[in-house]
Amino acid sequence: MNYTDFATLHQDLKSQKISCQEILRYYLNKIEANKHLNAFLEIFEQSAVQKAREIDEKIKQGKEVGRLAGMVIGIKDVFAYKGHGLNASSKILGNFKSIYTATCVQRLLNEDAIIIGRLNCDEFAMGSSNENSAFGNVLNPLNTEYVPGGSSGGSAVAVAVDLCWASLGTDTGGSIRQPASFCGIIGFKPSYGRISRYGMVAYASSFDQAGTFTKNIEDAALLLSIMSGSDEYDATVSERPVENYTEVIKTKPEKLKFAVLKATLENEGLADYVKSAFENKIKEFEKQGHTIEYIDFPYLDYLIPTYYVLTTAEASSNLARYDGIRYGYRSENITDSETALEQTYIKSRSEGFGKEVKRRIMLGTFVLSAGYYDAYYTKAQKARRLIYDFLKNTFVQYDAILLPTTPTSAFKFGEKTKDPVSMYLSDIYTVLANLGGNPAISVPLGKNPSTEMPFGIQIITDTFNDSKLLQIAKYL
Amino acid sequence: MQINEALIRRLAQLSKLEFEGEELAHIQQDLSQIVRFVDKLNELDTSGTEPLIHIVNEVNHLREDVVKQEITHKEALLNAPKKDSDYIRVPKVLS
Repeated sequence: MNYTDFATLHQDLKSQKISCQEILRYYLNKIEANKHLNAFLEIFEQSAVQKAREIDEKIKQGKEVGRLAGMVIGIKDVFAYKGHGLNASSKILGNFKSIYTATCVQRLLNEDAIIIGRLNCDEFAMGSSNENSAFGNVLNPLNTEYVPGGSSGGSAVAVAVDLCWASLGTDTGGSIRQPASFCGIIGFKPSYGRISRYGMVAYASSFDQAGTFTKNIEDAALLLSIMSGSDEYDATVSERPVENYTEVIKTKPEKLKFAVLKATLENEGLADYVKSAFENKIKEFEKQGHTIEYIDFPYLDYLIPTYYVLTTAEASSNLARYDGIRYGYRSENITDSETALEQTYIKSRSEGFGKEVKRRIMLGTFVLSAGYYDAYYTKAQKARRLIYDFLKNTFVQYDAILLPTTPTSAFKFGEKTKDPVSMYLSDIYTVLANLGGNPAISVPLGKNPSTEMPFGIQIITDTFNDSKLLQIAKYL
Repeated sequence: MQINEALIRRLAQLSKLEFEGEELAHIQQDLSQIVRFVDKLNELDTSGTEPLIHIVNEVNHLREDVVKQEITHKEALLNAPKKDSDYIRVPKVLS
């Protein structure tokens, strides 16, 4: 398949130069040839083939097809798709089968997308390297000694090596942008509340956001146009009208005013090669006539602490539902019949959850517990307010903030697993947008000269200014 | 902030998790390190700052409470690890 833009593929499909079944077969073969990367947890071959046939049949009969006819999409293993398996890469969900479909997935299907399978990720989307999956590591295709990033590692890898046209991920603290940076593709986290969370496994509900991995901005814009908007199954999704992002990005933005946060470039964890590539890009923007201003940012060292206190608190509450009773894994290792129910909860959870998930449940329980609630949880909510206000004020004066996506290119397997804090710090540049609910995108910027591994540049705009974000990403 | 074994046991009890032996030592060590790290927030002056609770300014959107059946009885039981034809089964609660 020699297609680089979806519009051409879609047109060729409609004029019967290529069929959906041929497109699907191409990807199924690619997946088979790249099994060692461990990107997919399950291929939905039966339903995918059936959908491909239906679309081909519609075209043959001269009927209208949806806007995504011809697009084959992989979904992170946190999205429900009725009749299909869902594990959130955890043992605790056992042989769970979804009994309904996530709103965003349904909207893709309504436009005739083909959902090809579910993609490996860190357990419950908690991790930055995809080393926390109960179903094994996902390998970075550019060099298999390196992590693909996380938590949406499988989703990033699948698009990077062409196992599907685009994929869905979720981004709570960087889980789309960080792996996109490590795999050399585009990772887009829309504004919080732009896309319904119904049918998406919850990690931290005031941060979680579905988004996309694509090879170009046009696809990111098209998918956002289709998935966004109000949903009677999610009371927190925004009612704001959905723009036609595909049209929006046809207009080149005028002279822009960018802010660069000085502290992000002075951070000692920032690799020299990322810094110089970033600074060179900034100079290019200036030459194009855009304005760059370096501004103070007093909160860099507080981003990760604020993020971890709040997300673990929300996670400890969200993950209380996994009790071994109504669905998922139930432990049989009950020793005392007097306390059998209590033991079922404890054993099922202790055997079903992985190490990082337990760590976060424990931290979340701590920050919410009597005696520590105000000192940690309320304190972090106040810190979030300061950060939120900083962003709001910044976007009064500036069109966008520019910063690196990640402080380095991909690291090796095992490099950060012994020290949870060092792992958490790999998200230092991405959590900012989640704390503010802002849209943010990572686009490829350069390569580490010694390892040849890629890294990205990140753009953040004001909340619900996803259109400006996509415009900037397209033309810069 | 000192994370001692008694606190770990209390948090485990609240979380419905158990840690024994080496695992207990590890979680105590990890939590101590993480709590020390997040203690950095104490440096931040938040006096007069209201906690941020809702990230989107729009109020909750409520729909009419209409009775509809979207999940069948059979589907509701589909994923239960133990069930009979009508109910999810739990271990004996009263002895």
